[in-house]
Amino acid sequence: MVEFWDLYALPTIIIVAKILAIVLPLLVFMAYLTLYERKVMAAMQLRKGPNVVGFYGLLQPFADGAKLFFKETVIPSGANKILFLVAPMITFLLSLIAWAVIPFDEGMVLSDINVGVLYLFAISSLGVYGIIVAGWASNSRYPFLGALRSAAQMVSYEVSIGFVIISVLLCVGSLNLTDIVLAQRSELGIFGWFFIPLFPMFIVFFISILAETNRHPFDLPEAEAELVAGYQTEYSAMAFALFFLGEYVNMILMSAICVILFLGGWLPPVDIAPFNWIPGIIWFGIKIALLLFVFIWVRATLPRYRYDQLMRLGWKVFLPLTLFWVVATAGFLVAFDMVPA
Amino acid sequence: MIIATLAFYLFAALTVASAFMVIASRNPVHSVLFLILAFFNSAALFILLGAEFIAMILIVVYVGAVAVLFLFVVMMLDINFAELRQGFLQYLPVGALIGLILMVELILVVGGWHLSPDALKVVAAPITEASKLTNTEQLGGLLYTQYVYLFQAAGMILLVAMIGAIVLTHRKRPGVKKQVIADQVYRRPEEAMVVRKVEPGQGV
Repeated sequence: MVEFWDLYALPTIIIVAKILAIVLPLLVFMAYLTLYERKVMAAMQLRKGPNVVGFYGLLQPFADGAKLFFKETVIPSGANKILFLVAPMITFLLSLIAWAVIPFDEGMVLSDINVGVLYLFAISSLGVYGIIVAGWASNSRYPFLGALRSAAQMVSYEVSIGFVIISVLLCVGSLNLTDIVLAQRSELGIFGWFFIPLFPMFIVFFISILAETNRHPFDLPEAEAELVAGYQTEYSAMAFALFFLGEYVNMILMSAICVILFLGGWLPPVDIAPFNWIPGIIWFGIKIALLLFVFIWVRATLPRYRYDQLMRLGWKVFLPLTLFWVVATAGFLVAFDMVPA
Repeated sequence: MIIATLAFYLFAALTVASAFMVIASRNPVHSVLFLILAFFNSAALFILLGAEFIAMILIVVYVGAVAVLFLFVVMMLDINFAELRQGFLQYLPVGALIGLILMVELILVVGGWHLSPDALKVVAAPITEASKLTNTEQLGGLLYTQYVYLFQAAGMILLVAMIGAIVLTHRKRPGVKKQVIADQVYRRPEEAMVVRKVEPGQGV
């Protein structure tokens, strides 16, 4: 009995506690991301944004959540019931399981695996299934068109994301996310982070994650002027809420990956007294919030891309550029004998 | 240990069951989704073996790219299911024959399998702390040194196949207007528009 407790029960309880410690704050962060988005957009458009529910609108996300929770889930009669309900769950689950390998601080990670980057890449490449299954199972024209667009879009931008990740890996020499952050630690502080030597890749990566999360200006899958609401047209209540949660958690996740790859993860910008007193997880959060601000800023500023322009940007601009940069990075590292062991 | 064994049987059973459902389900979209489930469970089996790199590549390549294309194609097919099931008995002997031949071939290959002496030595040698390279490094070392020519040949074959597919499907349609981005960027306001002063009541 004691053996059973030590070997199986206790580790299970610890892992479940760790998972809850990641997921619950994440969902609260996500709830406030919606408020953040509405407030920032409002400020950019000279409005006030939500300011009625709670002090300064702080309870607005929970009011929205409660509203969605108490609504009726409508399933269209022509829909494939099981797949129709499975699709939002896939989206939501995939957005959460990726956090298993994200290091929030040194050693503060649920599972410190050797192939962390590949795991994240695999999970983000699965995101397309939630959308495509939703579009097909709805058995309706607009969702299906939205799903097809989104599948093509996500597959195209994944290729350049892959090359960007390779160019970072070349500079690190490891696929472990903790190693990637530690490789950016130096006495230079902020100037040692990878976004300086790999600046074009940082920009390409950021634009690609906009496309990967179906955000403006690449939100063609749900272009409301053409496709009503794209793949989520037929969804209501909690099923819709799961899509919504999944999308926003995915935004945070992609920003987190970008921070780890290019902005030094949990490292402080300058490694001197007042800055390195602040715990790493706070720095990590601040950097993510900064990138999320750019997400919202882009949404408030740019018009939507046309579909053929989107494909052109992915295949004819980003793919050759990133491919060239991978070769250039490898050549540079070999020529100056800087290949990491 | 017992957990690993139980996990193995769980994933193995799920792999076999979902592989069976791929051929048994009537709806081709369900078939592809079961195929994806089978891929996932085989990736889990690879992880149980400690081959995490191969597991991740299996998911990235097969589930993330190949199966998406399958799903893409299958969703757009307009299949008449009644017609599809009509010829089942007629094609059964041919199908069974091909299946039998494949099975015999597999048995012959696996039955006559010998590990090379080098590989046997590697298997027998204990993993020491000093030689504890990660999966990725070991695979990379092997692929880019010992098997570099074969690796490059495989790459060339894929490239030829890719170019071939593009050549076969590419067609030039006359009279299609294409967007030339460079022309648009180089356009100046002076060549594109004229500013006229319009007097009231006179028009242009």
